Amino acid sequence: MEATLDPTEKLKQRFGNETFTSQRAKDDIVTLWLPLEKIKEVLWYLKNEIDRPYILLFDLSAIDERSRNREYGYPSDNFTILYHLFSFDRNSFIRLKVALKGEFPTVPSITNLWANANWYEREVFDMFGIRFEGHPHLKRLLMPESWQGNPLRKEHPARATEMGPFRLFDEKQDREQSALQFRPEEWGLQTSSDDSDFMFLNIGPQHPGTHGVLRIILQLDGEDIVDAVPDIGFHHRGAEKMAERQSWHTYIPYTDRVDYLGGVNNNLAYLLAVEKLAGIELPERANVIRVMMCEFFRIASHLVWYGTFAQDIGQLSPVFYMFNDREKIFDIVAAVCGGRMHPNWFRIGGVAQDLPRGWDKLVKDFIDYFPKRLKEYDAMVMKNSIFKARTVGIGIFTKAEAIEWGVTGPGLRACGYDWDFRKKQPYSGYDKFDFDVPIAHNGDCYDRAVVRVEEMRQSLRIIEQCWKYMPEGDYKADHPLTTPPVKKHTMQDIETLITHFLGVSWGPVIPAGEAMSCIEATKGANSYYAISDGNTSPYRVRVRTPSFPHMQMLPYISKGYTVADMLSILGAMDYVLADIDR
Amino acid sequence: MGGLLLIAPGLIWLERRLLAVWQDRYGPNRAGPLGVLVVLADTLKLFFKEDWIPPFADKKVFVLAPAIVVITVLMSFVIVPFSPGFIVVDLNIGLLFFLAMSSMGAYSIILGGWASNNKYSLLGAMRGAAQMISYEVFMGLSLMGVVLITGSFSLHDIVEAQRNMWFVVPQFLGFVIFLIAGIAETHRLPFDIPEAESELIAGFHSEYSGMKFGMFFVGEYIGIMLISCMVTCLFFGGWLGPAFLPPIVWFVLKMFAFIALFILLRASLPRPRYDQLMEFGWKILLPLSLLNVMITAGIILWNENPL
Repeated sequence: MEATLDPTEKLKQRFGNETFTSQRAKDDIVTLWLPLEKIKEVLWYLKNEIDRPYILLFDLSAIDERSRNREYGYPSDNFTILYHLFSFDRNSFIRLKVALKGEFPTVPSITNLWANANWYEREVFDMFGIRFEGHPHLKRLLMPESWQGNPLRKEHPARATEMGPFRLFDEKQDREQSALQFRPEEWGLQTSSDDSDFMFLNIGPQHPGTHGVLRIILQLDGEDIVDAVPDIGFHHRGAEKMAERQSWHTYIPYTDRVDYLGGVNNNLAYLLAVEKLAGIELPERANVIRVMMCEFFRIASHLVWYGTFAQDIGQLSPVFYMFNDREKIFDIVAAVCGGRMHPNWFRIGGVAQDLPRGWDKLVKDFIDYFPKRLKEYDAMVMKNSIFKARTVGIGIFTKAEAIEWGVTGPGLRACGYDWDFRKKQPYSGYDKFDFDVPIAHNGDCYDRAVVRVEEMRQSLRIIEQCWKYMPEGDYKADHPLTTPPVKKHTMQDIETLITHFLGVSWGPVIPAGEAMSCIEATKGANSYYAISDGNTSPYRVRVRTPSFPHMQMLPYISKGYTVADMLSILGAMDYVLADIDR
Repeated sequence: MGGLLLIAPGLIWLERRLLAVWQDRYGPNRAGPLGVLVVLADTLKLFFKEDWIPPFADKKVFVLAPAIVVITVLMSFVIVPFSPGFIVVDLNIGLLFFLAMSSMGAYSIILGGWASNNKYSLLGAMRGAAQMISYEVFMGLSLMGVVLITGSFSLHDIVEAQRNMWFVVPQFLGFVIFLIAGIAETHRLPFDIPEAESELIAGFHSEYSGMKFGMFFVGEYIGIMLISCMVTCLFFGGWLGPAFLPPIVWFVLKMFAFIALFILLRASLPRPRYDQLMEFGWKILLPLSLLNVMITAGIILWNENPL
């Protein structure tokens, strides 16, 4: 099976044997190095010509290799550019890497191949200073225009204390403010058409409809949207940079804050990558506990979306009911984890603690309570005719468009494609659970809502199965790299004791290698690509979040609608700014 | 009039408490018994706030706009008969006066939004102007049935004409249209499109603060009261009711029932889009209200001289 999925032979036949060098990655994703001149051709071939093509540009990023503890024969010593493609027909990823020469290399842009390459390339330009030839708007994406340096380069300081005290002089303030001024001509936008002048409306970064520090500039003809320019980066905290100076263990709480509504889902995405690197197999109980908590957080996240979506459309009350229900989930989360929104509860090789006594009653109460509420919400929100009038037929995209723009999760399923990574590439034992993947067919705002509402029911089904069949056993793996290790496993001899001591004081040393995880997070496919060079902290962690490509699609799907519709579109997108900016 | 200005803040408290009840929360419950004093605190706060006029605003118009809304709404109360004899002036063109005043109210939105010199306010003002002017039409037409039956524009006469049967029965369609148009006139949720908090951030009064904002705020609540009073007078027999309660009590009870309805609507309905509201108005309400006038007139003519 694996052999037929591997496109290496085909690629070699087409482009010549010497073009590609394979690299073994810990996650068994086909990883190929290729020369810079060939990259566009190969990508084009993989997207358009190969059988069962790789139609989704899943991720595009770069690695600063200059201080890496390289294995012998590692082909890159400056920068590496990295493409993750995904083929739905093969249900598999491919990773392409190109070694780049020089301090500030240049790469051909692939924006004409994939629409969603635009922001990814801008991000790489912003973070690494790698230029993309042929990119329509190669500007900084996350950092302010006036920023000095490129944060993810190794020479860029990671802490404010390394940069000297911050001062804001008047001139500097003026300079920063004028840098934020929107100039339509820079974006190739017209200020008027033949028969009307356009109005440029600045929405955000402080606006009740944007749910976070998002700025959108709308080009309006009356109230009709001609074009939109999202401006992101206000919530950027450098989550990827932080990973490079945290230990493998102490990075876990930072992941909580990436999609801050998704809670432990983030922990899981990161830890799956780390556990692949370390080669840890989890005991069954740990997996089931993880699944249960992930599904609780999925419901919690969808509840927040449900309420705020209704509120965006002008319905004031549902958000209160839904937050009350979310509070019920948080009661359980607090009983189990101690935390609420940021539980920081999964650990390398398991979870922090076993479930508390009496957890089953709490969970059972919720299972009995919640379906009635969902029914009530259906009547209140989903069946409301004004709600329907505001969402049906608004912000439509098709399955092909969704894939072109990198949409995953409920947005993709609302186009009638039952793609759910929990089913298609089961992790953490999701294959043992019985649940359906809800889909809808029109790909409009209403259908996205339908999918999410049904997902809550399915999550509840999964939770119910966890509650019924919770296996006995350990909540952490018996593996030297489990952090922190279970005490009883450490008291056997001097070796286990030393490993424990080092694991707790320095943090675990994860064997060198690269691994990527991909989970179905609350908002779509979330993936962590972790690189270890055999140290106590990651060499590089790439966080691929679902909201990033979703937001990139906003101008495309909101053109021609009105300002009020844009709020429906944003609401139905279900994004979190921290998830976009990281 | 002083009484009205006192009731308006009371309404703010009532609305906040009722909304809280319907939304599973407490609402203001700390200041004074049941939190009634919270309104006092809010008012004091508004009074002591800096009277800020944005430097880019058109100053005279900016100051004038909030005054208009309060003045026009208060003026309309002149013709409301709270009970027999308790009325400021019983104009024989009472209803027309009410319609004229509520049309004038549209100016406050247009001027306020225009003078603020802010894009959100402008969008809000534009929506507000279109909405109020269109709904004005149906509001007037929906009342014509009542006027036809009574044969008078005087509210006193209209109430008296309901001794046998409240007009809500023969004029049910008129009542529904008037209620919808009334909500649109007061731009309350679900028709708060000129303000649309999640889109336009308070729309036409984004730039207002302090007591000038307070005027818009109070104006809105007196507006709700006005529409409730009008519904009561026109369709629910005004002060009429069984004799065990004095007429004024009946009036107030009915009025508060409608105010509560307004608040309930706010708690439960989402907001349609601006063009949908317009479409609903011109394509559904207008033909319906015309139909209502025609049928009413036809029946009256039939009754006067049957063939």
